[in-house]
Amino acid sequence: MSFSAPPREVLLLSRQMSRQYTRRRPTRPLHPRSQYLLLPPNSSSSNSFRRSIATFTPSHQAGAISVIKSNVDSSSDEFKENERLMGEAMARLEELTRKAHQGGSAKAREKHLARKKMLPRDRITALIDPGTTLLELSPLAGHELYPEADVPAGGIITGVGVVEGVTCMIVANDSTVKGGTYYPITVKKHLRAQAVAQENNLPCIYLVDSGGANLPHQSDVFPDRDHFGRIFFNQARMSSTGIPQIAVVMGPCTAGGAYVPAMSDESIIVQEQGHIFLAGPPLVKAATGEVVSPEDLGGGKMHSSVSGVTDYLAVDDAHAIVLARRSISNMNWPTENSSSALSSIEEPLYPAEELLGIASTNLRKPLPIHEVIARIVDGSAFAEFKRDYGTTLVTGFAKIYGHRVGIIANNGILFSSSSLKGAHFIELCAQRGIPLVFLQNISGFMVGKDAEREGIAKNGAKLVTAVACADVPKFTVVVGGSYGAGNYGMCGRAYSPRFLWMWPNARIGVMGGEQLAAVMKTVGKNVDTELEARIERESDAVFSSARLWDDGIIPPAHTRRYLGLGLRAAMGGRNEAAPRGTKFGVFRM
Amino acid sequence: MRSLKHVPHRLRAPLRPVASAARALPATTTTTTTSSAPIMTHAACSSGTTVVNPITSLLIANRGEIALRIARTAAAMGIRTTTLYTDVDAGSQHAKCSPHALALGPPSAYLDGPRIVALAKQHGIQALHPGYGFLSENPTFAKACEDAGIVFVGPPARAMAEMGDKARSKEIMTAAGVPCVPGYHGPEQTLAQLQARAADIKYPVLLKSVKGGGGKGMRIVKTAGEFEAQLKSARAEARASFGEGGEVMLVEKYIERPRHVEVQVFADRYGNCVALGERDCSVQRRHQKILEESPAPLLDDATRKDLWDKAKTAALAVGYVGAGTVEFILDKDTGDFFFMEMNTRLQVEHPVSEMVTGTDLVEWQFRVAAGERLPLTQDEIEERILERGAAIEARIYAENPAKGFFPDSGKLVHLATPAISDDIRIDAGFVEGDTVSEAYDGMIAKLIVRGKDRETAIRRMELALHEYEVVGLSTNIEFLKRLCRSPAFIAGDVETGFIDKWRDELLCPQPATNEMFAQAALGLLAAEINAASPQPLGLPQPPHGQTLGFGEARSQAERKFAFSVDDVSNSNEAVEEASKTVEVSVTQMGTSLFSVSVSSAESETPQVFENIVCETAVSSPTKTTLTTFFPLARVESTLVRDPTRDDKLTLFQLGHKTELHLVAPGWFEQAQGLKEAAASVVAPMPCKILRNEVSEGQEVVKGAPLVVIESMKMETVIRSPQNGVIKKLAHKEGDICKAGTVLVLFKEEEHSDSST
Repeated sequence: MSFSAPPREVLLLSRQMSRQYTRRRPTRPLHPRSQYLLLPPNSSSSNSFRRSIATFTPSHQAGAISVIKSNVDSSSDEFKENERLMGEAMARLEELTRKAHQGGSAKAREKHLARKKMLPRDRITALIDPGTTLLELSPLAGHELYPEADVPAGGIITGVGVVEGVTCMIVANDSTVKGGTYYPITVKKHLRAQAVAQENNLPCIYLVDSGGANLPHQSDVFPDRDHFGRIFFNQARMSSTGIPQIAVVMGPCTAGGAYVPAMSDESIIVQEQGHIFLAGPPLVKAATGEVVSPEDLGGGKMHSSVSGVTDYLAVDDAHAIVLARRSISNMNWPTENSSSALSSIEEPLYPAEELLGIASTNLRKPLPIHEVIARIVDGSAFAEFKRDYGTTLVTGFAKIYGHRVGIIANNGILFSSSSLKGAHFIELCAQRGIPLVFLQNISGFMVGKDAEREGIAKNGAKLVTAVACADVPKFTVVVGGSYGAGNYGMCGRAYSPRFLWMWPNARIGVMGGEQLAAVMKTVGKNVDTELEARIERESDAVFSSARLWDDGIIPPAHTRRYLGLGLRAAMGGRNEAAPRGTKFGVFRM
Repeated sequence: MRSLKHVPHRLRAPLRPVASAARALPATTTTTTTSSAPIMTHAACSSGTTVVNPITSLLIANRGEIALRIARTAAAMGIRTTTLYTDVDAGSQHAKCSPHALALGPPSAYLDGPRIVALAKQHGIQALHPGYGFLSENPTFAKACEDAGIVFVGPPARAMAEMGDKARSKEIMTAAGVPCVPGYHGPEQTLAQLQARAADIKYPVLLKSVKGGGGKGMRIVKTAGEFEAQLKSARAEARASFGEGGEVMLVEKYIERPRHVEVQVFADRYGNCVALGERDCSVQRRHQKILEESPAPLLDDATRKDLWDKAKTAALAVGYVGAGTVEFILDKDTGDFFFMEMNTRLQVEHPVSEMVTGTDLVEWQFRVAAGERLPLTQDEIEERILERGAAIEARIYAENPAKGFFPDSGKLVHLATPAISDDIRIDAGFVEGDTVSEAYDGMIAKLIVRGKDRETAIRRMELALHEYEVVGLSTNIEFLKRLCRSPAFIAGDVETGFIDKWRDELLCPQPATNEMFAQAALGLLAAEINAASPQPLGLPQPPHGQTLGFGEARSQAERKFAFSVDDVSNSNEAVEEASKTVEVSVTQMGTSLFSVSVSSAESETPQVFENIVCETAVSSPTKTTLTTFFPLARVESTLVRDPTRDDKLTLFQLGHKTELHLVAPGWFEQAQGLKEAAASVVAPMPCKILRNEVSEGQEVVKGAPLVVIESMKMETVIRSPQNGVIKKLAHKEGDICKAGTVLVLFKEEEHSDSST
């Protein structure tokens, strides 16, 4: 605002001042400046005489510079084509997820209900507070994993839910899927849930209804470090750090499974339904000849009144869940409400559904990442850092549901400059205790003579070091490709993001099938077309999700919600944001 | 002369001029004189000097709405008011309405005349208003007040005494030329004598105790053959109800289709008397009025005027002063009317006359008691009635119409009332949170509505009733709504047997709609969501509450509710057992966005409401208001959970009240140890044990009488809910029990013994 014409108010004020001045000090001459202001406005002289007075900027003007302007044309052919292709991918996931949500076969479910047991998803619904949303992890785990059996959702349902205001990790066996037995993927999913709980300080609730290890798969379930035994190791370690462990025994808990309730801080059992024993009646008979009923051997009444293995006896599932909720309410754990600020949250300015037309299933097409950010962050406000430097990596600050975050998003191939910029930004966020959100769409670091001479290896390493060491909650959303070392620099699974989600169009691999074929050809190997197709198939998001390389495939329009719930899990409860907590490794200069 | 004797002392003023005193004398001293008292058509015809001694302090010897109503006028007139309260009424509204409130003690103490007079004297209170009921028509009390120098705001004790004696009042009326029901009111009380009289009068006849009232000791005898049995029965009941002398009987002509029409009269000390219109109070249950209206419908002008004149004649015949009501029985078939009795007090339904005449009768009472003349002439009153149209009063009672209007008591958990205006008036003695005690009459409030004509008044009454919401005890509000819709009532086809005649239509409950069940479920859910969430937003912070990820939201967040309908109209046990259960599934689709599915046994496919927006406001943990946009309409509801009866839900929707039960989950009974309680019978209400009908160890079948209790002056037989053997009788005759107290314990059944 230039001072070409003095505003009327200023003139009035000055006249007033001069009058007062005159009255009080009648003998003294008028102040030269006041005198000037009394003069009629003269633009040329005032400009030369004074600098601009516009030092006051209202917050709405200040805020405007951060708002991302969207240039999406939702009626363009490209948009419509993207939307159509993404729609197809979405429809496939919708169908797969619906099927996974059903759990086991109709027969198994009917049998389950006939025993007056609640289905595991109904148990979880009953457990969590009404009005809250369950952040389910990897519903497609186990999809087409075992040729001999369907294991919907990996036979176990895990998710972050709010119980009595406390954000908890819920782990529920699905006994309609192979009797709730632990396939290797079941173990992996259970351990992943515990890892999420451990990293985010989430009290754990285990709704146990499982026949124990799946014996034909015992070699992939039992012996190794990250196998069955790790579950109890984790329970003990979490309990030791003060993360409550609550078990609700709603079905069998045989052999190793018996340790889930036994290792819990508090356990609840459903009478004439839940059973805990190291060996079931058939094995007991075989071992000692003793004939005993399951109820006498390890029933709820026995364990609650005789052995003391369980603490509360429930009449049925619904009752057990009420008891579990009561236990949670007595954990003296900070609730959602006590931690969350009541500030009003601004939704993004642009519809999230447009992400379907913005993102492309053809990963060769560039994805305008600012348009994605504009549909994820509060008020579409993004305070971009180093906007004009290393532009293939976009960095900046924003808020998601009121949580301040640092966003690191690909906007092309990673060059040395982009890597340096990324490392710098991560240092800033670590210093300030700001969680990081990675929007990953990367085909890799730049290759070639120039790049190598520029030191892309050491500069890329700086980014990887920064990502690996940053001791703030990290969240990764793969919105496109996740290839090569780019996966490392952009906080892939190996870099322990608190959560990692994929869009339906996302692909993951060392390189694309086509490139892989080209490389193989170059090094003189025979390329069979079968390999190329296999690599393509194995890069698919569903293939990834089935193997728990991620925490689930999400609808792009829900990205903001997932991040919001993830942030709540990572920042709420007993979690404390610790600025300057990070110690970085050596940055090769 | 008695009343005159006290005038100088009471008013500290010279004796009244001879002219007016002389006019009052014949009526007060010689009641046997034949119609010698002149009929005053309006106040202007009287002459003489007026002596006024305004009332400045007042004791209200009553409770509830009438005490508050009197206090309101007293305050407006600048009269310092003192109220009385018994122990059970210590926290009641009437006790709180004045800074001066005196304790009486036991619940019956409102009848303790000497105590009340002593209190008034002790506190130097100038006047006493008795209200209605209690001591209002007790001539001894009125006289005690007069003797103590306290202005009794009411008629002279003598007039009261004469009107109070049924036989005596008829003699006076007959002498004054007021038609009375043909009958015998004499001393010949043998069976033969009475039977002969009955034959003279012609059957059907009515047998009635001279001390009777409220339907007690009253019998209809249709033929000579049943006379003896009915006489015996009436006498026994009358003796039990009214004590010695109660067995003295009147024989009267019984009118088959009677209407109850009464005239509000007002007389001053100077011999002036006016009629403030008539009221039809034909709509009655248990011989008690429920709806009163003015003017009376389907009444020709000549009869109307004749009624007024006869009423004034009746009042003047006993030297009446103040507000009174002359009740007539009007034969619907012949159009003849007969004097029944005169109520020597302000009546419950006086607001009807106030609304239709634009007067404040309590103000008139104070002014007349102070010695003023009547404020309006008969002509002025008539003019007002023509201008103001029609008024109707509905009495809102704590009672259960479906169970024979059985009285109820309890806490007013929720109370919402229509907005009052010049045309809509509520006289109430309770506010939300108050308890309606079983110790007193169960009238919660009176709703009085005026309209330009009768039809308008009825329609406005129905709309006002739609906004009248009560939870915590049974009320007759739903019944009143149906009454207002009844074509026969709208047509004015009223008689005292109206409710019996149209019983089925009036008691038929409106079935609950699927929208109601949906609202109930949404309301419960909203209450939980809000209770767990921070205020002032009242909802979990987003993204909570929104759907997430692929797949159906239903598989992730469907919550099921089961309701059963409180079908009170069928007290039949067989029907109760088959009470229908309705299941409601609610899935939250977003903030304030839900999908609801309602399924009942009756319909094969559930009704589904997809993506309905439901905005809720939870004003307390037990009360939720909801605005839901169903596919075709916006529906507003209030859901109230009765905190004293956890599973009981009351839903007010579109002016309709529905009572639902939230079916407890399967585990509830067992986990709470309620199974044992099922093998017992509890007192349904606070009561006194009259007698145990069974003994311990006795085997009973379902439906057999177990215990007879008395509550609200009514006997109730508690019947066995099951076949079984009595293990224990918890109480003996005469014990006072609270609601919910175990009365009878059954022996546990065999199979349950083996399983535990």
